[in-house]
Amino acid sequence: MSAPAAPRTPHGWPLWEVFVRARRGLSHQHVGSLHAPDGEMALRNARDVYTRRGEGVSLWVVPSSAILASSPDEQDPFFDPALDKAYRHPTFYEVPEGVEHL
Amino acid sequence: MQVDDTPTQERLQARFDRMVADEVRIEPRDWMPEGYRRTLIRQIAQHAHSEIIGMQPEGNWITRAPSLRRKAILMAKVQDEAGHGLYLYSAAETLGVDREELLDLLHSGKQKYSSIFNYPTLTWADMGAIGWLVDGAAIMNQVPLCRCSYGPYGRAMVRICKEESFHQRQGFEILHTLSHGTPAQKAMAQDAVDRFWWPSLMMFGPPDSASTHSERSMAWGIKRFSNDELRQRFVDMTVPQAEALGLTLPDPDLRWDEESGHYAFGEIDWSELDRVIRGDGPCNAQRIERRRTAHEEGAWVRESAAAYARKHAATSSAAGETAA
Repeated sequence: MSAPAAPRTPHGWPLWEVFVRARRGLSHQHVGSLHAPDGEMALRNARDVYTRRGEGVSLWVVPSSAILASSPDEQDPFFDPALDKAYRHPTFYEVPEGVEHL
Repeated sequence: MQVDDTPTQERLQARFDRMVADEVRIEPRDWMPEGYRRTLIRQIAQHAHSEIIGMQPEGNWITRAPSLRRKAILMAKVQDEAGHGLYLYSAAETLGVDREELLDLLHSGKQKYSSIFNYPTLTWADMGAIGWLVDGAAIMNQVPLCRCSYGPYGRAMVRICKEESFHQRQGFEILHTLSHGTPAQKAMAQDAVDRFWWPSLMMFGPPDSASTHSERSMAWGIKRFSNDELRQRFVDMTVPQAEALGLTLPDPDLRWDEESGHYAFGEIDWSELDRVIRGDGPCNAQRIERRRTAHEEGAWVRESAAAYARKHAATSSAAGETAA
């Protein structure tokens, strides 16, 4: 069998992904999704569903259908190029004893 | 070099099993066994249905709350239940069903909700008993679900658990106030606890010896503790709280058992749970009827919102064309 991939909405309202900025200085983070007929209603519903206790100072809603995802199975190969480059990490390098602030 | 990367059924199954064993979360786009998907849909949907049906017994007292403070709190709580239902329907939808489908299954009685909501709320003290006992039992069930192997369900449960603790405390406070009030108020609190105690214990489901899905759900990392384990924890937690309230629990066999280090409690009337699940509880018909009516009477709101969105989209695209 094959797994149905993304959420689908054959009928009813489109699905929106909701992102909340908890406070200034932080980026928006994905918190969940909801259905709404349009963006304006999606924002209002997102406020009621995801920020009832002051969880955020800013909300984004994005149609779920507008999101492109990497390999559907979240399998490894797509991210392989990063795995064999240990020299990208500072811990790769040897520092002589006694050297500071490096 | 020859690499066979054809994902055969066995490979996929092996990968899934390894992920579950390693406590790596399963996400919506991962391959998963059909039984796992079906079990999760059934469980998450039933959970979502319970949240929104659970709005009814409490909604019943909003207009008659004894003070503006209590009324504001109760409205916030009922609104939370609606929110919890939405988190859970969203989690279920990541498994490839949609919310309308699930609501249809609820309305036609093909999917269930927690049997506890088929009991009536006869007095104001029931708001206290529901918050303290029913939400207390729900928290006991839900905290381990935060670590559920299915990512979206676990994340929904984290949000829900954070909010539930207010529910339990406000219930406890209601009962505490009543039990330290007039004799009539205390009697009202005691009566509510007497009615809700046994059904709350039933919320943990049938005994392990009779629980059909438990073993498989445990293997899949959906369930972490057995029904009886969680029930025992709930009793152990609740008995001292009842003492603090100055109320008794309606079980003559309830006693501290030195040997096991737990409270021993009396036999649960499982035939009552069976009856309520089968549809013969005091309020089954009323709850579903109310839900259906609310859904039907809300149709014009949903239609209007959709019509507005269509009209708005048409206007803005026409405006866009003119500008271009």
